[in-house]
Amino acid sequence: MTRETKATLDEADRAIVNALQGGFPLVDEPFAEVGSRLGLPTDEVIERIRRMLDDGILSRFGPMYHAERLGGGLTLAALRVPAERYEEVAAIVNAFPEVAHNYAREHDLNMWFVLATETPEGIADTVGRIEAATGLTVYNMPKREEFFVGLRFEA
Amino acid sequence: MELTAKEKALVTALGGGLPLVSDPYAELGRRVGLSEGETIAVIARLREAGLIKRFGVVVRHHELGYRSNAMVVWDIPDARVEEIGRRFSAFDFVTLCYQRPRRPPEWPYNLFCMVHGRERDVVLGQVEELAETCGLAGVKREVLFSTRRFKQRGAVYCLAPETAA
Repeated sequence: MTRETKATLDEADRAIVNALQGGFPLVDEPFAEVGSRLGLPTDEVIERIRRMLDDGILSRFGPMYHAERLGGGLTLAALRVPAERYEEVAAIVNAFPEVAHNYAREHDLNMWFVLATETPEGIADTVGRIEAATGLTVYNMPKREEFFVGLRFEA
Repeated sequence: MELTAKEKALVTALGGGLPLVSDPYAELGRRVGLSEGETIAVIARLREAGLIKRFGVVVRHHELGYRSNAMVVWDIPDARVEEIGRRFSAFDFVTLCYQRPRRPPEWPYNLFCMVHGRERDVVLGQVEELAETCGLAGVKREVLFSTRRFKQRGAVYCLAPETAA
């Protein structure tokens, strides 16, 4: 559910987030290296990251695994849900552990979710189970190619 | 890339996020029985092999006041998708860009990008800017703003999809 935190980032926070979206150094003391790049003490870098994680500004600090190369399946899927069934269908879909994100969107296709499964075959299986549970057609739109960018803040 | 048992354990341990200590790789290594140097070497190999796409932070736009979250979908001629995907990625306000299969007849769109902004009008202006700059005036597109977020988490099996966040 939506959290109504109104978080703010100061200049040092933004510099850290910008620096860390592109990558994290693979050296013995990586926070020290990030700090020296930004002119911040190691402890402060760690403390600021911890605070942003605690505040929910950062959801995670670590690797984005390539699901397919790790042997898993990943896809984006959509449903066309009748307005009067929206809450019921959302509850059904969200109850699937394979559903990672789920967003209501303003469109005829009004429910959009990401499926992540342990094996590639798991996607078709989960799509089938969601269709059976909801009685609706799942539009499966797996990624063909990714052009990655990331959120960048103006300095 | 075949993973050893210790490497698999490291993949799982890393999935929970990097420990917030001055020597995080040593700490991770202790948990799975690898030295600091071995841990760093394994992560480097996972990155080179593309099993780790990216190593860093995941920002939650909503909590920062970026409430207008738009998925913009485009019907780009197949021959130009690659070029347009790369050009979109150069815009600061585009946070993700993917090529996906069309689902005709209802869904003719093959390129998806995410634009996060504080104001709806600003996002719409940025979409217009994308279209104009990339010569896509005649291209069919739709802007799907999100109205509610029901669920956002890293997925099970220590995968962390960012798709369509």
